[in-house]
Amino acid sequence: MAPLLRVSDLRAHYVGFGGTRVVKAVDGVSFSVEAGETFGLVGESGCGKTTTCHAIVRLLSPSGRIVGGRIELEGEDLVKKSQAEMRRIRGRRIATIPQDPMASLDPLFSIYDQVAEPAYYHRSLRGRSLRQRVMELLAAVRIPSPERRMKDFPHQLSGGMRQRIVGAIAQAGGPRLIIADEPTTNLDVTIQLQYLNLLKDLQRATGVALIFVTHNLGIVAKMCDRVGVMYAGKIVEMQSVRGLFYRARHPYTKALLDSIPKLGVRQPLYGIPGQPPDLSALPAGCAFHPRCQRAIDRCRVEEPRQHSPNGDGHVRCWLPIEEEAAARG
Amino acid sequence: MDSSLLAVRDLRKHFPVGGSLFGKARGVVKAVDGVSFTIGSGETLGLVGESGCGKTTTSKLVLAAEEPTAGTIEFEGRNIADLSRADLQDYRAKVQVVFQDPYSSLSPRMRVGDIIAEPIKAHEALSAAEVRGRVSELLELVGLRPDAARLFPHEFSGGQRQRLAIARALSTRTRLVVLDEPVSALDVSIRAHIITLLEELQQRLGVSYLFIAHDLAAVAHVSQRTAVMYLGKLVEVGDSLELCAGPLHPYTKALFAASLPSHPDESREEIVLSGEVPSALSPPRGCSFHPRCPFAMPRCSEQEPRLLEASPGRRVACHLYSAS
Repeated sequence: MAPLLRVSDLRAHYVGFGGTRVVKAVDGVSFSVEAGETFGLVGESGCGKTTTCHAIVRLLSPSGRIVGGRIELEGEDLVKKSQAEMRRIRGRRIATIPQDPMASLDPLFSIYDQVAEPAYYHRSLRGRSLRQRVMELLAAVRIPSPERRMKDFPHQLSGGMRQRIVGAIAQAGGPRLIIADEPTTNLDVTIQLQYLNLLKDLQRATGVALIFVTHNLGIVAKMCDRVGVMYAGKIVEMQSVRGLFYRARHPYTKALLDSIPKLGVRQPLYGIPGQPPDLSALPAGCAFHPRCQRAIDRCRVEEPRQHSPNGDGHVRCWLPIEEEAAARG
Repeated sequence: MDSSLLAVRDLRKHFPVGGSLFGKARGVVKAVDGVSFTIGSGETLGLVGESGCGKTTTSKLVLAAEEPTAGTIEFEGRNIADLSRADLQDYRAKVQVVFQDPYSSLSPRMRVGDIIAEPIKAHEALSAAEVRGRVSELLELVGLRPDAARLFPHEFSGGQRQRLAIARALSTRTRLVVLDEPVSALDVSIRAHIITLLEELQQRLGVSYLFIAHDLAAVAHVSQRTAVMYLGKLVEVGDSLELCAGPLHPYTKALFAASLPSHPDESREEIVLSGEVPSALSPPRGCSFHPRCPFAMPRCSEQEPRLLEASPGRRVACHLYSAS
């Protein structure tokens, strides 16, 4: 069976200064998402994760364009769709949960209007059945007393509640896939846990697939089934979540895991030397080589191809970390 | 502990709210409500809590940027409320701050050398050459090249800017640095550098830190002792590693349960708190945590628990652990 979403060799670039400066934000990204699965996209700021998400729903900013690749949703290539066709796909088949709930809700419309909109357009609900649907959605995201709350406006709600409303809007059109772009960065830790558990419950109830974009490996450990690690516009490693934590193959993944403080353990942290690269002036060869401890001469001249050492996932590295680490885990 | 550098006793800061310009205030927010802690020389105290719990107000009080409603702050054995203007100047030289966002805490119109020199010039009478020498030393201390002094902040990355902010904070024979979420705004791969740098500087200079953050793992990594704050009060204080191994207060337990696993197979007690932090304007009666607490007893809604010693060096404010 074909996967729900298959992205192959996607390239999305931002062109500025009259074409003289090209930022290769997404440069050959391939992954697929099965129905009901949670796929994590991890990376630091500026690695191209958000651009990947925007490209999938064809909402890149005016300077950005998709210059190559395919985005197949249930077999249909979204890159070839017109914007009118995309409007019938967004909200109905793919929904997004954006980063900042303060900015993504319209302050001038009531909660009812905003949650009802996708159900009105995409599910053609009207009148009492629409109202019923909104109540169900609000109850599903555990908004207390929904019939009263839906008359409220966004400013009357707390940050955690607003983010849950955004979750209800994403569900309203009945999508098969939800793209969540760092949905919890502005929330407190206890509220974050509430929200992540809520997303998992919703996923269990509706069987929706999730693409979870984050820089937080803890969220990945909690939420995801498979993970792609992005660096400088490419997925440098893709694995099952257990594989990633037990047998990281790419030196960047390993370094990321070693740089995070673990609760209750006071071992020295590994700091990755150098800075994330400038996407408009990438180094030759592997983009990570200036920061990599394992770099060899080949890394400086030739870009590593994607290969699968033993079936599970793949890695872009000339010298991936071998199974030596397995004993340690 | 009498050797403590900073001793805060029963500190309170209440803000009147709701009044119009000339009208009477209709309520008060008890942002900080009876907080006591000490920081020893060369020690790091971590202060954890969610937004709105009073962490930032506490740091402002310690920095003498706000005046407390009640309570005392003693620094090197002297109450800072009694200091003369000149002595308060000296206090401000010894207690410095590093803010969360290095993009807004460094003036974009000043050269790096001037940014770091500014506190030195304000507090010490040194010749221009001596100031330049000190700036070079400080830049090297935080791992930057001395010729960075000629540049402007926009020429640096986030991590380097945070190093500049640290250099500025250490420029005046500083004894205590308030670190207000110093790594939250940085990229994951850069955070470890800044944390390691802070630890190295502490060992070399013997400076103390008040480390404020909401990331428990980072706080526990950096600080010897950790204090957990909820709605203006400390609910638990103790050795960081012991606190991680066995949190006592239900809120601390919930915070640890909510901090994300470092591993997909890590199993931990799940305590999902219901509801959200109540408004500081009308905190619940009794223990302010009781409406969200899974272990609440009838007594919790009537009587406020005091911060009592549960084991040596470990204090907790919860009726579950008070004998009577």
